[in-house]
Amino acid sequence: MTDARDGRHPLFIPAIYVGGLIFGVGLALSGMARPEVVLDFLQFQDFGLLFVMGGAAVVTGIVFAVATRLNSTAPLTGSEFTRRVKEFDRNVVVGGVVFGVGWGISGICPGAAYASVGIGNLPILWAIAGMFLGAYAQGYLRSRGSTA
Amino acid sequence: MIEATPLLAAGELFPRGVLPYLLGGLLVGAGASVIYLSTGIIAGASTFLESTLSYVSDVDRFNRFTYLQSRGWRVVFTAGIVSGAALWAFGLAPALASVAPSMSSTLGPAADPGAWTTDVQWWRLLGGGVLVGVGTRLGKGCTSGHGVCGVGSMSNTSFVNVATFLVFAIGTAQLVQAAGVSP
Repeated sequence: MTDARDGRHPLFIPAIYVGGLIFGVGLALSGMARPEVVLDFLQFQDFGLLFVMGGAAVVTGIVFAVATRLNSTAPLTGSEFTRRVKEFDRNVVVGGVVFGVGWGISGICPGAAYASVGIGNLPILWAIAGMFLGAYAQGYLRSRGSTA
Repeated sequence: MIEATPLLAAGELFPRGVLPYLLGGLLVGAGASVIYLSTGIIAGASTFLESTLSYVSDVDRFNRFTYLQSRGWRVVFTAGIVSGAALWAFGLAPALASVAPSMSSTLGPAADPGAWTTDVQWWRLLGGGVLVGVGTRLGKGCTSGHGVCGVGSMSNTSFVNVATFLVFAIGTAQLVQAAGVSP
């Protein structure tokens, strides 16, 4: 069943890729890969984005609810099916504020930025460079904070 | 459903229609579900930023076991997103436009075949991107992790995060517009 070298099922990586592929088609079709569409939503000129997040969350909601009730494990990893429940702390709010301001300035979020590269939108590389810079800065400062 | 005489109000709320948004959203959910049902993994898009930094940085935070263990498949997930979007713009959308032009026009500008480039200015993309990078990692997730998977999990942490980032994104975008910055 599993790959002898790293203990992973040979279909693990293909499954991740196919899932990402469908995810990417969805982001391109939904228009989220275009910052203008996101900014139109945030500026109350087109409320369509509600259907993107809503439609996606309904699908994952149903799938998570059914899978967690099945007495079964994921076929490629043997992992149990769980829900995504992260611990709440102050950073959840502070991070939400900082992300919200950044999303409002640029009209782009991480998944949509990757999809934007796929539709040939090269200026989006500015945003991706910014995201790596931001992720590096917070990781650097937090790692220093925890060892100091 | 969409073809039925749209109310004027609906046309104003949804000038691009709702079909591309709804179909796109369902596909985003389906992609996350394929990964979940086969592997049990709940995939968000923003952890890739940190786990990928572990390839080039020895900062402790990026070299945590969970990142080292997942960084390989997270690169594959991101490559899937990039190629899926390319598949739409350069494969499926052109095919739809030639085979079923009326359906293609129903989907609106999102179904225009070929490459597309934003007019949003570079400093907005770069500056906003930096804040997105900080905020999603500090807040434990982004639009896909909290917004799609966390909300789909009925997680209170995710509801709070999503409500927070939506309010601040709307406020910020309206201020930017009021300041006359466009695009």
